[in-house]
Amino acid sequence: MAVIEVQDFKKAFGKKVVHDGVTFYVKKGECLGLVGGSGTGKSVLLRSLIGLEKPDSGKIHINGADATLYTEAQWLHVRKKVAYAFQGGALFDSMTVFENLAYPLEEHTKLTALAIKDKIFKQLDEFGLAGSELLFPNELSGGMQKRVGLARAMMLEPEIILYDEPTAGLDPYNTKKIQEAILTLKAKGVTSILVTHDMPTAFAVCDKFAFLKDKRIIEQGTIEQLKQTPNSMINQFIEGQIL
Amino acid sequence: MNPYVKLPFTEWASEQFYFFGGLYNLVKDCFKEGFKRPFYWDLLSFQIYQVGVRSLPLILVTAASTGMVMALQYGLGLEKFGGKPYVPRLVASTILREMGPVFTSLMLAARVGAGIASEIGSMVVTQQVDAIRALGTSPIKKIVIPRIMACLIILPILVAISNLIGNLGGLMIGNFELGIDPNFYYQRVIETSNIGDYLAGFGKSFFFALFIAVPSCYFGLQVKNGTQEVGVATRKAVVTASLLILVGDFFLSKLFWIIEKWL
Repeated sequence: MAVIEVQDFKKAFGKKVVHDGVTFYVKKGECLGLVGGSGTGKSVLLRSLIGLEKPDSGKIHINGADATLYTEAQWLHVRKKVAYAFQGGALFDSMTVFENLAYPLEEHTKLTALAIKDKIFKQLDEFGLAGSELLFPNELSGGMQKRVGLARAMMLEPEIILYDEPTAGLDPYNTKKIQEAILTLKAKGVTSILVTHDMPTAFAVCDKFAFLKDKRIIEQGTIEQLKQTPNSMINQFIEGQIL
Repeated sequence: MNPYVKLPFTEWASEQFYFFGGLYNLVKDCFKEGFKRPFYWDLLSFQIYQVGVRSLPLILVTAASTGMVMALQYGLGLEKFGGKPYVPRLVASTILREMGPVFTSLMLAARVGAGIASEIGSMVVTQQVDAIRALGTSPIKKIVIPRIMACLIILPILVAISNLIGNLGGLMIGNFELGIDPNFYYQRVIETSNIGDYLAGFGKSFFFALFIAVPSCYFGLQVKNGTQEVGVATRKAVVTASLLILVGDFFLSKLFWIIEKWL
């Protein structure tokens, strides 16, 4: 069963059309790699899947329900189960790392302060961030900020995670850490969409790919299926010759 | 004629229409969400501290200076007509009805309005507002309502303090520069000021709090494309709040006179 289903999605900003009939789906537990050149609207599409952007037309189904009909109040409930890992982390700069991670737990769970503390320290360990709990975001490196953002997105153990370029600009160590985190969640049955230009990471974690070009998905399928495609641009993409 | 070329007036009118529509939507959202749980009391108390306590030195200096200058000008101006005994009444009435609320609000618009717009604008640029939404919480409840409520609670208190300090400033100048006995000055202020003077200034301060907080939050949330827009939003917030206070003051003064007559 498709957990996320996008049908004939259209979005424009003023006169600039970003998407014109995007259609794809993601089954439960799958990881879809959403790839394409810069400025093709991958992040806009991802933001629309969590209600941060409204489509002009088309349908977005999440767990079978038509999300395009949701009000902002309904989205607030959906977002407890659908997490979004921002490209730059989007950490609250007036809060420490600990407070950033505690935020979703304090808002949506009835855990005690001790249980929240335990959960946060466990999460910090898993992401290689032990010892950074009292630091503010401006005291962290770019890679650490991304990892804290990712750790925060995962605090509520969501059913769906949307990753917006989680490894962009990271060193191999941080990239490996994030790949491991994504794979761990995938093993737990979490459905995900990964927007990335980092093809080695995409190949390591994604089950299938969707190529966004000319305002729509021009090809989608598993890596084996895509290798058979006659489209030379996609072949070059797969081989990492163009990113 | 090219239909895409907008006339300056048309462009200005559509901007104003968009602005007032946006304010209406923001206030509507605040009413819609403000009465629902959870209530963020900690955020409200933090904003009260930021808006109120940290603005206090600025308000004290402004109020004292205003009272002193007014006492001096009225005193020197009325001296030749033997009108010095009227100085306490004139200073008190002007401060309570106009200068206290208006100057306090203008100073708060400059300090707090600019702060609110730039802070929210920066949060938008760094995707923190999106993060609030993505984490299943409401930016209206988390950001907007605590700031509006803090202004509504703290501005009347600041105005009351400003009135007191302004009159004290007037009393000081009345004594040292004009030779008016402090006891006489004090008695004249108490005897001649009526409840209408206090209520008019106090009542205005609630409207002025909204004139500061709502446009500031609105312009902060309207930032889209980067840090340059944060500066623009800050400028617009201060200018709009100041204009609303000054223009609104006339209509509110008129309104409170009518209410007083009616009572």
